[in-house]
Amino acid sequence: MNPKTSNNVATGIIMALVGIVVLILAGILGYILYAGIPHMSWHFLTSASQSFKAGGGIRDQLFNSLYLLVLTLIISFPIALGSGIYLSEYAADNWFTGIIRTAIEVLSSLPSVVVGLFGYLLFVIQFKMGFSILAGAIALTFFNLPLLTRNIEESLSDVSDLQREAGLSLGLSNWKTITGIVLPAALPGILTGIILSAGRVFGEAAALIYTAGQSSPVVNYGDFNPMSADSFLNPFRPAETLAVHIWKVNTEAVTPDALSISAGSSAVLIIVILLFNLLARWAGKRLYNKMTATK
Amino acid sequence: MDEIKEKLTRSSKATRQDYFGKAISYVCIALVGLLVISILYFIATRGIATFTVNHASITDFLTKTNWNPGMLDSKGKPEIGALPMIVTSFSVTILAALVATPFALAVAIFMTEIAPQRGSRFLQPVIELLVGIPSVVYGFIGLTVVVPAIRHVAGGTGFGILAGTVVLFVMVLPTITSLCVDSIKAVPLYFRSASLALGATRWQTTYKVVLRAATPGILTAIIFGMARAFGEALAVQMVIGNAAIMPKGLISPASTLTSQLTSEIGNTTLGTLPNNALWSLALVLLFMSLVFNIIVRFIGKRGQMKK
Repeated sequence: MNPKTSNNVATGIIMALVGIVVLILAGILGYILYAGIPHMSWHFLTSASQSFKAGGGIRDQLFNSLYLLVLTLIISFPIALGSGIYLSEYAADNWFTGIIRTAIEVLSSLPSVVVGLFGYLLFVIQFKMGFSILAGAIALTFFNLPLLTRNIEESLSDVSDLQREAGLSLGLSNWKTITGIVLPAALPGILTGIILSAGRVFGEAAALIYTAGQSSPVVNYGDFNPMSADSFLNPFRPAETLAVHIWKVNTEAVTPDALSISAGSSAVLIIVILLFNLLARWAGKRLYNKMTATK
Repeated sequence: MDEIKEKLTRSSKATRQDYFGKAISYVCIALVGLLVISILYFIATRGIATFTVNHASITDFLTKTNWNPGMLDSKGKPEIGALPMIVTSFSVTILAALVATPFALAVAIFMTEIAPQRGSRFLQPVIELLVGIPSVVYGFIGLTVVVPAIRHVAGGTGFGILAGTVVLFVMVLPTITSLCVDSIKAVPLYFRSASLALGATRWQTTYKVVLRAATPGILTAIIFGMARAFGEALAVQMVIGNAAIMPKGLISPASTLTSQLTSEIGNTTLGTLPNNALWSLALVLLFMSLVFNIIVRFIGKRGQMKK
C-alpha cells in the first residue's frame, strides 16, 4: 500500500472508531432519558419509596444524596484546601513531598469498594457510629480528597508567580499573599473542580453501601433539630442514597416495578450530573470574568 | 534599651500569621498521609487474619477453586479457593483494556492530530460526560440492554465475563482517552515538523513518530484504565452473574473479587472465617491497586530516561 492510501485508510478507521464512541455516548444518554423520563413525575420525586408495592418514589433517597454531598464537601474541602496550599506553595522538592504525592496517588487509585469497606470497619464498627450519613460522608471524603487536593494544587500553581512577587513586594506576609492574592485568583479553577467532584460524589455508590447503609427510615422533614432521631438533618441516621437505591432495586429488591424505578432514578441521576457539569462551566467562566475584569 | 530590643526581636503579627498558616497546611497534609496509612493498616490486618488467626493456607487461597468459606473440605480445611474470582477479575480487566485501547487511541489521535480544534471542542464534553455517568447507571444499562442482547445472540443467561467486559469497556474508555490525549499533546511540535518535512504523511508521522514518542504515556494510560476496571464493583456485580465458580467461557456466570465482596460481606459476621476470607479478597484488591501504581511509576521512570 502506498503511503497516501495507507494515510487515507488510517484516517478513515480513526474516524469510524471516533464515530462509534460518539454513538455509544449518544446511545447511553438517549436510552437513559428515553427509558427514564416517562417515569419521572412529581409524584415519583416527592413520595417515599416502597419496599414491596409498586409506585414508590425517591424523595428520601434524593434528599439523602444531596445532604450527603453537602456533608462530604464540608468535611473534605478544608482538608483539601490545606493540602493543596501545602503542595503548591510550601512543598520542597524532597523525599517527603515525594512520599506525600505517592500517598495521594495511592488514595486516588484505591477501588471505591475498598474505601467503603475501610469506612465500614473503622467508623461503623470501631467508632460505633453505625450505618450513618456521617460515616458515609467520611468514607466519601477519602474518595474525594485526592481529586480535590490535586485540583486545588493545580489551580494554585496556575496562578502566575508575578502575583506572588507583587504581594510580597508590597510587604505582605507569605500567608497573606496566599490567602489574599493567590487564592482568589485560583478560585474559578477551584470552584469548577468542586462542582465536578460533587458530580462524582453524587453518583458514587460502592463506598456507601456499607457506610451510609441501604435502608432509609422514615424521616420527619419538619424537624429541624439535627440531634433528634427522626429529623431529616440528623447525620447519625442510616441513609440510602439515589445511586445505592438503583443498585439495591436491581440486585436485591422485590418491588414489582424495579425496572421503572431504576430507569427513573437513573434519569434523575444523569440529569443532576449534567446540570453539575453545565453549572461548573458556567460558574467557572462567570467567576473568572468577574475576578479578572475581562468583561 | 531592653524594651526596644525586645520589641525588635519579637515576632511580628505577620510572622505569626505565617507560622499559623503553614501549620494548618502541614496538619492537612499529615492528615492525608495518615488516612492512607490507616487504610493500608486496617485492610491488611483484617485481610491476613484468615491466614494468621484462622490458619488457612495462603497457597490454597491463591490456587484452589472451591469458594465456600463457611464449609470445611474433606481434609478439614476451610474452602477458601479464591482463584475463580482472581481469574475473572483479571479476565474482565484485560479484555476491557484490550477493547478500549484502540477506541481511546483513535479518539486521542483525532483530538490531537486530525482535528485539534473542532475535534477537541466536540469530543472533550463527550469524554467528560462518559466519566460523569455513575457506575450504577452503567450497571443498569448493562442489566437491561447488554445482558439481554448477549442472551439473545450467544445464548446462555447473558450474565458473565462478556457482559462485564462490555460495561467496563465504556467505563475505562474516558480514563484511557484523556490520559492518551495528555501524553500525545506532550510530544513536542518539532517532532512532527521534522517528520512532515521529510515528506511523511500524517499517518506515518502519527504512527512512527508521535505514537512512539508517547508510548510511555499511553502505557500509563492503559494501566490506569486497568486499575479502574479492576476496582470497579457495582456495575460489574450487576452483570457478571455472581457465581463464585471457575468461569467456563465468556458467557457463563462468574464472579470478580469486587462483586463477591459487595454481595457477600453483608451476609457474614465480623471476625468469623467467612468474613475474614472476604477481607482477604479486599486485601488482594488493595495489593493489585498498589501494583498498578508501581507499574505506572516504573513506566514513568523509564519514559523519562529515554528523553
